[in-house]
Amino acid sequence: MSGIAELSAIDLAAAIAAGQVGAVEATQTYLDAIEKREPRIDAFNEVLAERAMDTARSIDTRRQNARPLGPLGGVPVAVKDNLCTTDGKTTCSSRILADFQAPYTATAVQKLEDAGAVILGKTNLDEFAMGSSTENSGFKVTRNPWDTDRVPGGSSGGSAACVAAGEAAAALGSDTGGSIRQPAAFCGVVGFKPTYGRVSRLGLVAYGSSLDQIGPLTVDVPDAALLTGVIAGHDPGDSTSVAKDVPDYLGQLETPIENLRIGLPVEFYSNALEAEINAAIHKAADIYKAAGATILDVSLPHSRIDCDAHGNLSSYAVACYYIVAMAEASSNLARYDGVHYGHRTAEKVDDIIDLYSRSRAEGFGQEVKRRIMLGTYTLSSGYYDAYYNKALKVRRLIKNDFDKAFEQCDVLLCPVGPTTAFKIGEKTDDPLTMYLADIYTISVNLAGLPALALPAGLSESNLPIGMQLIGPVFSEDRILRAARMYEKASDITRFRSEMARA
Amino acid sequence: MGKTIDNDQVRRIGVLSRIELSDQQVQTFARQLGRIVEYFDKLNELDTDNVEPMAHALETHNVLADDVPSESLTPDQGLANAPSRDGDFFRVPKVLGDS
Repeated sequence: MSGIAELSAIDLAAAIAAGQVGAVEATQTYLDAIEKREPRIDAFNEVLAERAMDTARSIDTRRQNARPLGPLGGVPVAVKDNLCTTDGKTTCSSRILADFQAPYTATAVQKLEDAGAVILGKTNLDEFAMGSSTENSGFKVTRNPWDTDRVPGGSSGGSAACVAAGEAAAALGSDTGGSIRQPAAFCGVVGFKPTYGRVSRLGLVAYGSSLDQIGPLTVDVPDAALLTGVIAGHDPGDSTSVAKDVPDYLGQLETPIENLRIGLPVEFYSNALEAEINAAIHKAADIYKAAGATILDVSLPHSRIDCDAHGNLSSYAVACYYIVAMAEASSNLARYDGVHYGHRTAEKVDDIIDLYSRSRAEGFGQEVKRRIMLGTYTLSSGYYDAYYNKALKVRRLIKNDFDKAFEQCDVLLCPVGPTTAFKIGEKTDDPLTMYLADIYTISVNLAGLPALALPAGLSESNLPIGMQLIGPVFSEDRILRAARMYEKASDITRFRSEMARA
Repeated sequence: MGKTIDNDQVRRIGVLSRIELSDQQVQTFARQLGRIVEYFDKLNELDTDNVEPMAHALETHNVLADDVPSESLTPDQGLANAPSRDGDFFRVPKVLGDS
């Protein structure tokens, strides 16, 4: 069957279940696309071709024996390389884990496999998910399929790029401060960060443990609903995963929400935002209005974005987020010691402290070092109250703002990032400039909320513009339905880069 | 505006972080970290006197598992990624001094 790559994950699963397409045929189609496009995109750290074909063959055998295939039966999916898999390596795009082979598989990946998905490979990221462009990878720079001179966003840049380039039907990413939503927006795909605790983090290599969450990157909203339903749920292996039933996200998806109240956070629509993005989101608001929704202004004062006369941006949320994330990172990354696993220096050392310090100096990249050191600083004696504790208090203020906003509206509509995809190398000189790519996404992680990024059009220079829908905790159902309303009413459905269609 | 971080402070943070730094790196990091910490100081504009710190997005409580033995990694699995191994042990340079 031709046109396999044009099918969504749901339609491909249906075609395989109906016997119109073989799982082997589907997997081979994607492996061919990977071989053809990877030289220009570099989305994958490792392609698990042999293993993928083995899985595909077993799916086809199941079908021949009339056994159920699962909701993702035979669908080729990629996973971010900070999710542990016993097949292949799990590197986090860090030289310190360049040869690491995980002894177990992450729960979210296992659930994909149990649902019949074919795991194609592991995708590139900013080292340990620290970055907003995938340029911080210890191995290579992934390119945006819409314009290969530009970044795919990050840190889940490999996952976003491979879906946008038609190298995978869907992918998993992780989102600590925007790492699913921002690359989804840059690459013109759908990216969903569920509520903190909705998806088990077991087997997700920890960065900021109170912020990290796994979610899907897909070609449309129904696929995001399907994958979220598959990976969500309580896991005894992650004590922060919540024991709450997983709704059938596809069940009501096509039914529009009546009397939907959409809040526009006034603080987000400042001169910090590119005019084209501002216009695209207001156009989306008009589409909602035409569909019967009420649009109202709401306020998130502690997520305010200030822009001075020189164009320098600042925000309490950014300062708060980076203090919390770096503090957690400095603790989490203490485990890389050159003893238990990972890189150990080849140089002769006198004692164990030298072994630690030299192995870590050789294995970590610049951004990871910066974050570990800043986290260590803000947690150190004399600075703890001034920085870390202060940030935790501001975090409460940011969350309270959201609680108040959701007394007035059902979902928030806002930008994903202040710009469309920027040029490779444009922001690498100044770490602070890069941090500001996250100004619209980080508050959500601090508050633990679910939020979805979806395509809202193209800029004049033919780059995807994303918009973001944010809801209260465990309102995944509502966000997905609201997103689907827009997707159906606009002409955005089946939004693919030229490369994916070539 | 704000306090910057000097070279000695960076060296001290490097020791605490167990990351060896060259003199060149110390200077670069002093400049970069100083700017970022200045940025953090923006939070001082906010009055947080009566605000409870929030360490976690969801109210979390201790979660206790039933005390039932279950399978865990075998010594070989646990040691499979070890850079240096001696039987069922991780091998490291000496930890205590000679004296």
